[in-house]
Amino acid sequence: MSQHLKLAYICVILALLAAPLVIVTGVSLNAGQSLRFPPDGVSLRWYLALFREQEWLVPMRNSLIIAACASALAVLIAAPLALYAWERTGWLAKLLTGMGMAPFALPPVISALGFMIFWMTVGGYGQIWATIVSHGVFLVTLPLVTISLGLKAMDRALIEAARTMGADRRTVMRTLILPLLVPYVVSGYAFAFVLSLNEYIIAYMVAGFTVETLPVKIFNALRYGYTPILGVVSVLFAGFAALVFGLIGRFGNLPRLMGAERVRDE
Amino acid sequence: MTELRIEGLSKRFGTYFALDDVSITIPHGRFVCLLGPSGCGKTTLLRVIAGLEAPSAGRVLVDGVDQTAVPTHKRGMGMVFQSLALFPHLDVAGNIAYPLAIRGVDRAKRAARAQELLDLVKLPGMGGRRIHQLSGGQRQRVAIARGLSIDPQVFLLDEPLSALDAGLREHMQIELRQIQQSLGVTTVVVTHDQKEALTMADLVIVMKEGKVQQAGTPMEVYHAPANAFVADFIGSTNLMPCDCDGKAISVLGARLPVVEGDLIRATGAAQLSVRPENVALVPPAEGIPAEVTFIRDLGESVHFVMTAGGRTITAQVPPAARPEIAVGDAVGLAFRPGHRVVLA
Amino acid sequence: MNGAVTPRWIALWPALMLGLFFLVPFGIMISVSFAQRDAGGFYQPGFELASYARFLAPFFARVLGVSLAVSLGAAAICVLLAFPFTVFLASMSRKVQTRVLVVLLSVLSLSEVIIGFSLSTLLSQTAGIGNLFYWLGLIEAPRAYTPSLFALMTGLCYLGFPFAVLVLYAPVSRLDPEVVEAARTMGASAPRAFMGVVVPMLRGAIVGAFILVFVFTLGSYLLPQLLGRPEHWTLSVHITDQAIYQANLPFAAAMSVFLMLVAMALVGLSSLAARDGGAA
Repeated sequence: MSQHLKLAYICVILALLAAPLVIVTGVSLNAGQSLRFPPDGVSLRWYLALFREQEWLVPMRNSLIIAACASALAVLIAAPLALYAWERTGWLAKLLTGMGMAPFALPPVISALGFMIFWMTVGGYGQIWATIVSHGVFLVTLPLVTISLGLKAMDRALIEAARTMGADRRTVMRTLILPLLVPYVVSGYAFAFVLSLNEYIIAYMVAGFTVETLPVKIFNALRYGYTPILGVVSVLFAGFAALVFGLIGRFGNLPRLMGAERVRDE
Repeated sequence: MTELRIEGLSKRFGTYFALDDVSITIPHGRFVCLLGPSGCGKTTLLRVIAGLEAPSAGRVLVDGVDQTAVPTHKRGMGMVFQSLALFPHLDVAGNIAYPLAIRGVDRAKRAARAQELLDLVKLPGMGGRRIHQLSGGQRQRVAIARGLSIDPQVFLLDEPLSALDAGLREHMQIELRQIQQSLGVTTVVVTHDQKEALTMADLVIVMKEGKVQQAGTPMEVYHAPANAFVADFIGSTNLMPCDCDGKAISVLGARLPVVEGDLIRATGAAQLSVRPENVALVPPAEGIPAEVTFIRDLGESVHFVMTAGGRTITAQVPPAARPEIAVGDAVGLAFRPGHRVVLA
Repeated sequence: MNGAVTPRWIALWPALMLGLFFLVPFGIMISVSFAQRDAGGFYQPGFELASYARFLAPFFARVLGVSLAVSLGAAAICVLLAFPFTVFLASMSRKVQTRVLVVLLSVLSLSEVIIGFSLSTLLSQTAGIGNLFYWLGLIEAPRAYTPSLFALMTGLCYLGFPFAVLVLYAPVSRLDPEVVEAARTMGASAPRAFMGVVVPMLRGAIVGAFILVFVFTLGSYLLPQLLGRPEHWTLSVHITDQAIYQANLPFAAAMSVFLMLVAMALVGLSSLAARDGGAA
C-alpha cells in the first residue's frame, strides 16, 4: 500500500478524534448562554468568566495542588522501586513491580472503591491529602514505566567505566545514573500530572463532596445544564495535555518512551 | 615501574571454566595483546584484572601487591570499553576529566589536564563538543584519553577498535601504539584480530577455552607456534598429519630430512605446519604430487589451492614469480627447508 | 559487575507505600464485601455471603451482560481500527510518529467527563452532526443522537482507541520491517503480506490489546451516564451508585471484587496470549 494511503487513513482517524474537540472549541466561543455550533457570535467572555468565578477557581486550585503533589509522590515511590527492580530478579522485585503496574491493569473504579473504604476506615475521607495519596499511589505506574525504560536503555558499561575511573556506588548514582534519568523522571512526572488532572472517579469517591476537582466540578455542572464555560474548561484541558506531551515530544524521544526500539530518523 | 602479575587465575560459571588456571607476568611498560577466538576467556581475564569480575581462584598482583580483594574503583586502572561507554550527559572535556572530578581535583587543573590529553590524542580544542557530535574515530580517541587521564599504572582496553572500519582501524592501531610508547604505561588489549595484535604488541598471549596457549613476541608466536591451534590462529597455515623421528619428517608419502631452522616440537605421530608462503611449486616429478583446484589472484599475491593425498594445501606466491599453471594441472609441492614446524 | 549499584534498603519506602495504600485498601475492600450492610452508609464487621448472593438476581445478570457486551463491542472496534493505524504509523518518520503520539496521548489523557461532554455536544441537536445533516439535507429536522447505545459505543471507542494504539505500538514498532519486505520479494501482494505475515506475527499483541482495551472500557463510569440510557449502565456505574447513593458498601465491594477477578483473569489471559505470540 502506498505511503499516501497510509497517511490518509491516519489523518481520517485523527480528524475523527479531533472532531468533538473542534465542536467544543466552537461552542466555547459562543457569545450567548447556549451551546451552538457554529457559534452564535464570537466572544472570549466565557474564558474570562472561568478565571473570575470563585466557583471554578477553587476546583482549579484543588486540581493543580492534587496533581502537583500526587505526581511528585508517584515519582518518589516509582524511582526507588524502578532502581531496585532494575538490578534484581527476586520475588520482592517482581511483587513490587506487579503492585506498581496493577492500578493500570484494573478498572479504576475498583481502586477508587478500595481507597474510599480505606479512608473511611482509617480516617481521612473527604480530605485533600487523602486524594493526593490515593492519586500518588494510583499513578505510580507512569513514572515506573518511564524510569524503568530509562534504566533499561542505559548501557551497563557506563557504570563499569565510572567504577574503573574511581567512582564508588554513591558517586556512580550521583554523577551518572541520576543525571541520565532526569528526562525519564520529568516525563514520568508530566504523564502523572496530566492524568491526575483529568482523573475523575478516585477524586470523586475519596473526597468528591468536600474537595471538588475540575472533572468533578464539570460533571456536577453538567447536571444543571450545559454552558459554554464547560467548553472552555475542555479546551484548556486538551490544550494543556497537548502542550505537555508536545514538550516531551520536542525534548525527549516520545516513540522510545512508548516502547519503540527502532525509529527511522528523517 | 609497574609489573602486572596474574597467578593461577580461574573463573568458573557453574561447571564452565571461562578462565582455567591462567598465570602471566607482564613486565613494566609492555604492550600486551590477549588474542583468541570469541569465548576464549580473554575479555573475562581483562575484567578480572579491572576488578569487574571476581575470580573463583588465583590472584592479580600489581608490583607484588595483591589486588584481588580491592574493589574496582580503588584499583586506579584506566580502561577503554568495547562500546566506549562515553557519558552522553557530559561533554568531551567532562568525560576526560571525570576521574579527576570525582577525586576532587580543582576545576583549573582538570581543564589543563583535559587539554593536555586532547593534544595527546590529536583532538585539540574539542573539549566543548558533545559526544553525539563526534565521529567514530573521534569517540575512540576521547575514550583513550579518558582512560589515561589519571596516569594509570595499568591501561586496559577491551576490543577498543572493533567498531571502526578497516582503514581507520589500522591507522588507530599505529597511533595507539605510539601513544603507549610515549607514556610507557603497562597496557593490556583484548582483540580477536591477529593482525591487530601483531601490529601493536610487544607480547602476544594466545588463549583458547580459558587457557593460555602461548605467550611470546609476535614473531615467536608466528614463526614458532607452541601448538597447532596457535599456528592456525596466527596467520594462515597448512596443517598435515606427519610422522617425525627427529631426523626426518614423513608427510604425504615423502620423507623430508630435518635441516637447521626446522622446528621440531614433537616426535612420533604429529602435525606438520607450513605457512603458504613457504610452500613452493615445482615440476611434478620433483615434489609431492598435487593437483591445482583453484587459483585466487589477490593482486599483491597469488594463492594456489591444491589437493595432495586427499588434503587441501595452499601455496602463496608473489605475482612476479607466478608460474604458468592452470586449474586441473598436476604440480609438485616442496616445503621450504628451515621453515617447517612439527607440532603435537 | 560485583553486586548492584543500589542498596537493598531502597525497596523499603516503595514497599511500605504500596503495601499500606494499595494492598491494605484491597484487603479491607475484600473483607467489607463479606460484612453486613449498615444503614448509616458504613458497614458492620461480620461474615456473610449476602452481598455475593445478590449476584444470582436477574438484575445483576443483566447489568453484567450489558457491561460485558458493550465493552466487548467497543474493544473489537477499537482494535480493528487501531491495528492498521499502528502498523501504518510505525512506518512513518520519527517526526510524524512523534506528532501523532502527542495527539493520541492528549486524547487518551482527556477526562471521561470531557469526552462525554464533547461527544454529547457533537451528537446534540443544536451544535453537532444532527444540525450538519439537516443543513446538508440528509434529514428532515435537526435531531439529537444522544443518549443512545450508538452514542455510548462512540464514546467508548473514543476512549479506547488511543489506548489500543499505544498498547499495540511497542510490539508493532519492534516488528522487523524486513520480514514484510521478504514476503513482498517472494511475491506476496501488500494486503496478502499484511494478512499473511504481519497479522499472524502480532497475534499475541492483538489479543493482548483487545483484552486490555476491554478491561479499560469495562471501567468506564461517566460515559454510560452521559451518553447512554439507564439500561446501558455498566457495572462500574452500579458499583459507585451502590457505594455512594444506595449506601450499600458491602454490595459495592462484592461487585468490585467480582470485577477485579474478571479483570485479573483477562489480564492473565492476555499475558499468556502475548507470550504465545512471541512478538509481544
